[in-house]
Amino acid sequence: MLLEVSGLTTRYGSISALRDVSLSVGDGEVVGLIGPNGAGKTTLLNTVAGLLPPAAGTVVFDGTDVTGAAPEQMLKSGLALVPEHRRIFADFTVAENLRIGGITLAATERAEMLEEVVEVFPFLRSRWDAMAGYLSGGEAQQLAIARALMCRPRLLLMDEPSLGLAPVLVDAVFELIAELRDRGRTLLVVEQNAARMLDVADRAYVLRSGAVVGQGAGSGLLAETDLFDTFVRGSAA
Amino acid sequence: MTELVQNLIDGLGRGSIYALLALGVAVVFGVMHLLNFAHGELITVSGYAAYAAFSNGWSWYLVAPLIVVVSVITNLLIERIAFSRVRGSSEFTQLLTSFGIHFLVAAIFLMYVGARVQTFAEPGWIADTYSVGPVRVEVFDTVVIIVAIVTLVLTAAVLQRTMFGLSIRAAAADFDAARLMGVNSDRVIRGAFALSGALAGIAGIFWLMRAGHTSPTSGINPMLSGVLAALIGGLGSLKGAVIGGLALGLAEVMLRTWLPGGAAALTQGVVFSLIALLFIFRPGGLVNVAHAERV
Repeated sequence: MLLEVSGLTTRYGSISALRDVSLSVGDGEVVGLIGPNGAGKTTLLNTVAGLLPPAAGTVVFDGTDVTGAAPEQMLKSGLALVPEHRRIFADFTVAENLRIGGITLAATERAEMLEEVVEVFPFLRSRWDAMAGYLSGGEAQQLAIARALMCRPRLLLMDEPSLGLAPVLVDAVFELIAELRDRGRTLLVVEQNAARMLDVADRAYVLRSGAVVGQGAGSGLLAETDLFDTFVRGSAA
Repeated sequence: MTELVQNLIDGLGRGSIYALLALGVAVVFGVMHLLNFAHGELITVSGYAAYAAFSNGWSWYLVAPLIVVVSVITNLLIERIAFSRVRGSSEFTQLLTSFGIHFLVAAIFLMYVGARVQTFAEPGWIADTYSVGPVRVEVFDTVVIIVAIVTLVLTAAVLQRTMFGLSIRAAAADFDAARLMGVNSDRVIRGAFALSGALAGIAGIFWLMRAGHTSPTSGINPMLSGVLAALIGGLGSLKGAVIGGLALGLAEVMLRTWLPGGAAALTQGVVFSLIALLFIFRPGGLVNVAHAERV
């Protein structure tokens, strides 16, 4: 397994946002992480990426124990996070956003990667010198993903990539996830849009109140857990 | 008219020094959200280094680079010894720490060197002037303005064109997002302190040249000017820091000339009143920093 999380607990003060969470992601897999608002999905990604210190449990990446490592160390070992709300640098140009994404690379490698991500996201070339703050929501999301890909991650964590996007752009995001999957990328994706995520993922974990309450593949997962109502009817209402 | 031009040049010269100090304050504030009240101590420490060097027969040409080097090293040491230990604490804790360093440095020199003001010779050309038409211009102001412009252009180039500059700007915009990109937090903070120290060092050369002395409390005035100018410009904005520095320098010089005879001694008080007024109408300073992406 590329990523092995076991018994992970994360606390905000005295409140446990994650309780004894275990999950794994294999090389080349696309794994979904679904669950209602406040289930701890973002907390899980942020803890794995090193933004939050775990209170208990271990994170093993590619056979090495990286529990509690700083975000920059996690990135160096090959794990990149597209954070919640994208957090692209609004005052930077598109090109600068991509360059900072490749800061850990040597200059020649960085230039190669710029070519590579522009191939995946052709619109970036036409907006090369535009301020990232002026991009549309869909473009900004693509830039955030492109920026994370710049460092040649072996595992890409994505936090709600479809959040706040118009329906047609949501389609584009899921097409992109499918494309990255077909290119052999390893992804761990947090999504509220459970049904759509289960379509593109190899398998998924269901998180509720900070704990894993189900796992499996395909739309059967929703029926198996008692979360069908929360997700499907709840989000449609 | 002649007097106005003369005052403008004088104010720009003074303001250039403030701008370099303010820029150093702003660089550190941007990356760490620390308003560094210990910034002026860089001038205290390098002032004593300059005094020691002069006592050993050094000339200004050797002392000037020494001041920059000492200022950079001092700032890195202050970061290592003090600020690195309160990193991640509340902004108030960091602020108090910077106050602590400010007083501590003064106390160390007071205890181990003494309260006496240590003087050294100003360079011979400091009072020289030359004429441009009816305007008499100080060589000193000219040198200060040219050096400040070159320093600002170089700093801008570093911040805009190098990966180091990009990482400083990224860390200032969103520290966690920068770390997620692989920006090393230790390295970027140390880099910010080194840059800030270098800028204070260059400002310090001219500050010490003009003052011609150093004492345990030498850091107060440059600290006040740098912090105030950064606040006037709008904390977090590098452009604002430069504008704030120039504005402060010009305001001081203009007020000194325009205030009626007896009131000229109140220049400082009037400047502070103007700053208070500015903050009433523009609490964010002259240049507002948008944090649209900050959530």
